[in-house]
Amino acid sequence: MAKFTEDDLKKDLETKEYEYGFYTDIESETFPVGLNEDIVRAISKKKEEPQWMTDWRLDAYKAWKEMTEPEWANVNYKKPDFQSIAYYSAPVSIDPNKTLDDVDPDLLAMYKKLGISLDEQKKMNNVAMDIVVDSVSVATTFKKTLSKKGIIFMSISEAIKEHPELVRKYIGTIVPTKDNFYAALNSAVFSDGSFCYIPKGVRCPMELSTYFRINQAGTGQFERTLLIADKGSYVSYLEGCTAPSRDENQLHAAVVELIAMDDAEIKYSTVQNWYPGNTEGKGGVYNFVTKRGLCEKNAKISWTQVETGSAVTWKYPSCILKGDNSVGEFYSIAVTNNYQQADTGTKMIHLGKNTKSTIISKGISAGKSQNSYRGLVKISKNAKNARNFSQCDSLLMGNDCGAHTFPYIEVKNKSAQIEHEATTSKIGEDQIFYCNQRGIETEKAIALIVNGFSKEVLNKLPMEFAVEAQKLLEISLEGSVG
Amino acid sequence: MLQIKNLHAGVENKEILKGVNLEVKAGEIHAIMGPNGSGKSTLSAVISGNENFEVSQGSVTFLNEDISELDPEERAHKGVFLSFQYPIEIPGVSVTNFIKTAINETRKAKDLGDMPASEMLKLIKSKADLLEIDRKFLSRSLNEGFSGGEKKRNEIFQMAMLDPKLAILDETDSGLDIDALKIVANGVNKLKSKDNAVIIITHYQRLLDYIVPDFVHVLIDGKIVKSGTKELAYELEEKGYDWIKEELV
Repeated sequence: MAKFTEDDLKKDLETKEYEYGFYTDIESETFPVGLNEDIVRAISKKKEEPQWMTDWRLDAYKAWKEMTEPEWANVNYKKPDFQSIAYYSAPVSIDPNKTLDDVDPDLLAMYKKLGISLDEQKKMNNVAMDIVVDSVSVATTFKKTLSKKGIIFMSISEAIKEHPELVRKYIGTIVPTKDNFYAALNSAVFSDGSFCYIPKGVRCPMELSTYFRINQAGTGQFERTLLIADKGSYVSYLEGCTAPSRDENQLHAAVVELIAMDDAEIKYSTVQNWYPGNTEGKGGVYNFVTKRGLCEKNAKISWTQVETGSAVTWKYPSCILKGDNSVGEFYSIAVTNNYQQADTGTKMIHLGKNTKSTIISKGISAGKSQNSYRGLVKISKNAKNARNFSQCDSLLMGNDCGAHTFPYIEVKNKSAQIEHEATTSKIGEDQIFYCNQRGIETEKAIALIVNGFSKEVLNKLPMEFAVEAQKLLEISLEGSVG
Repeated sequence: MLQIKNLHAGVENKEILKGVNLEVKAGEIHAIMGPNGSGKSTLSAVISGNENFEVSQGSVTFLNEDISELDPEERAHKGVFLSFQYPIEIPGVSVTNFIKTAINETRKAKDLGDMPASEMLKLIKSKADLLEIDRKFLSRSLNEGFSGGEKKRNEIFQMAMLDPKLAILDETDSGLDIDALKIVANGVNKLKSKDNAVIIITHYQRLLDYIVPDFVHVLIDGKIVKSGTKELAYELEEKGYDWIKEELV
């Protein structure tokens, strides 16, 4: 009978094989590596974009060239060589006009491995999905059902062609091309992503879902999502991500823009499971993402994220609470294990009167990982009676990991009410023994404790996603108990 | 059911149990009494497989199988239950979720599928009624913010749900007022059958008024130095432990 110690716990937590680490051999068309104006033009041309879009990209590229990578985040990594990345890779057998039945069987098999059988998704979950592999949106299901309600849900490339007036009006208004280094890069080279428009007063009858996957080696994925909820509408949007296991680091730099007009509500949920690298910290995805939403009067935006993957995460889904009485929410679970590093949090910018924001962040660190919460709550001069509640909890496993909290608060109006709570705890041997004594083995005990710790956030996820997220938490933290 | 032979155990070179012998048969209730630091809680920890204690000598046999090498969860699956002296908090995990997981993990170990939800619900209701537990209590986070009495009652509730062959109640009476004590004792008595056994570890004779033991053992300095019937408990209550210590000299 071996004594179960901190060391054993640590060993238990060493990564289980990354379950999504397969590479599908699909014929792809990949641009030569490197980035210059010609590549930007070529991407735009490949996608048959109008001139304004090409110009917009070039503008962003010029801005990007002058910018430097941000270094303020609490992460250490070898800076990507932006000239050794391929900026466009598309499975060649994909024709956007094809229906699902025409999709490359290898691709379909890949989805199956991902556990996202489209048929099943369609029938069982009432979820409409847009799947982006590498850079191209492969299939959009449920389009017809949605279009009856006037809802537009398609890849952003299609939207640029089919609804240029909408895209042109809103793209870059929430995250400007020059917002930051990665946003500028994304603006220049984004190759696909999702576009969604919910008309006035329409309640989207199903969860909209996009699945992102990096398949090709040495490619970056730069998806761009633009979601517009017109006055009084409602939409719940889900996003999931995986990547195959590779030794080199892959770059993922996405931009998501949300617009919630008067009285509209957007729920945006993410399960991020990009390849985290191996147990020695080799490989893994660099996940540098800019997500931001704008709330007009009485509007509400809820960000919920479960971040278990990526070697390095840099991500702050934010809300600009411009309209009076608007509400911003951020619910986050970030798990880091082995050598993963996450610097994630949110910004709640209160501009309107009676604006309210809630931040619940749960960080779970294991192995030798570093997990940081970074959040800004800003109450501007005119934001009378603004309220914020923040809660940041950290759970540590073992003695070699770190949890950090960097809350920034800026208040320029005296009527503001701001609360901040933070806790740090550790999974104890006594908790594990208690579970063991009740017949619950150690791995399951850890999963139970972690799920309990994360419950407030898991509860915010749509049902189907919550189950997947719970499983993901288990996989991310499980070891191989002998 | 349980045979403990010449059991020596302790922590980091400090021997706490120094040759314990004990036999518990199905249908019996044994009380283990003794002064502070005599090794009572260590004995319960070692039987249940707490890996903070090392067994240096002797054996623990349960249902004719040497269980000394088994993990705590394997012992639990075989029917060993420990009611903790200080139950542990698990924030965010409800009483119901915890016990559901415990039951299904135990079933899994026996190659059974999950207990159907309706059956689980029925079982929870009946055991909650038995221990006069409010339904609201079941949705609270496990042991978080529980009063001493609630924690102990929750332990006995879990025992009722898991239906163990051998239940070890470690200082279950501490922190209980007299009404709660009666409810807990009443629960244990109702769960008692000719097929299971109970070991009660206690300082005081008080609990033994309600759960009447067949045997009483006195543990002093890591050894059982005297055994008898329930009358021994009264004698201890009246005279303390010193007279036994004197007898030993």
